[in-house]
Amino acid sequence: MMDEKLTFHFDVDGKDFTSAGQASVQVKKNLRQLGIPTEIIRRVSIAMYEGEINMVIHAGGGKATVSVDEECIEIVLEDNGPGIKNIDQAMQEGFSTATDTIRSLGFGAGMGLPNMKRYTDVMDIYSEVGVGTKIVMKVNIR
Amino acid sequence: MKISTMKELLGAEVLCCEEKLGGHVYSACGCDLMSDVLAYVKDQAVLLTGLVNSQVIRTAVMMDMNCIVFVRSKLPTEEMLELARESGIVIMNTDKRLYDACGILYSNGLVGNRVK
Ligand SMILES: Nc1ncnc2c1ncn2[C@@H]1O[C@H](COP(=O)(O)OP(=O)(O)OP(=O)(O)O)[C@@H](O)[C@H]1O
Ligand SMILES: [Mg+2]
Repeated sequence: MMDEKLTFHFDVDGKDFTSAGQASVQVKKNLRQLGIPTEIIRRVSIAMYEGEINMVIHAGGGKATVSVDEECIEIVLEDNGPGIKNIDQAMQEGFSTATDTIRSLGFGAGMGLPNMKRYTDVMDIYSEVGVGTKIVMKVNIR
Repeated sequence: MKISTMKELLGAEVLCCEEKLGGHVYSACGCDLMSDVLAYVKDQAVLLTGLVNSQVIRTAVMMDMNCIVFVRSKLPTEEMLELARESGIVIMNTDKRLYDACGILYSNGLVGNRVK
């Protein structure tokens, strides 16, 4: 049992596609050590991974913060990228502004944000064009 | 399907985690777009892909997949193999194309992922 909130911080490098996802791999390891159920860990890590990749390919990198308490796991992703003009549109399956270069790297199906929504219990997006994007996701532990 | 059976059917070469060939996969996914792979959870599944970069390995790690098959003889880097080893994911490559490799496994009884 955890009495206090545990928090992990990560800087997500926007220049290095190869290392993108490292923070999510680390979070997965940390949650395992905390004895969180496998199914919950998988949902958290997939959602965070999609968000981390988005920060790298669409926003030039950013920051990720994951906090864990007895009730839930919260993932906060923040970037100073171009922002999302139309959030409803971005949330639709298949919508993507990814370039051919990004597609050739295996991304740009327009499935990331819908996946994040599907795997989490709560997801809020705050975004302003020219300022950046903040995404808050929560997965309940019980 | 046993991972070693898959290796034989595909005439594949094992590139890491050979000691895990006795494990089983219960579903499969043939895809070059990672978010499509991430869309539906596949427990103990194999990913067949023509895409070769670190994100393929991380995608499999996130999904708790236990095997990746690179088609058309594509070779991962040592860095990618190291990532796979950390998570105990068997990596192989085959000279087959994606469509053929998937077809062979499917016709031998390994079905795709059932959407939950
Ligand atoms: N952090 C972000 N900053 C700016 N734009 C973003 C950000 N995240 C997503 N977007 C925009 O929302 C669109 C949809 O995102 P989503 O993750 O669903 O798809 P994708 O990243 O294009 O492709 P996929 O995730 O399937 O590889 C993106 O194409 C992009 O235009
Ligand atoms: Mg995405």
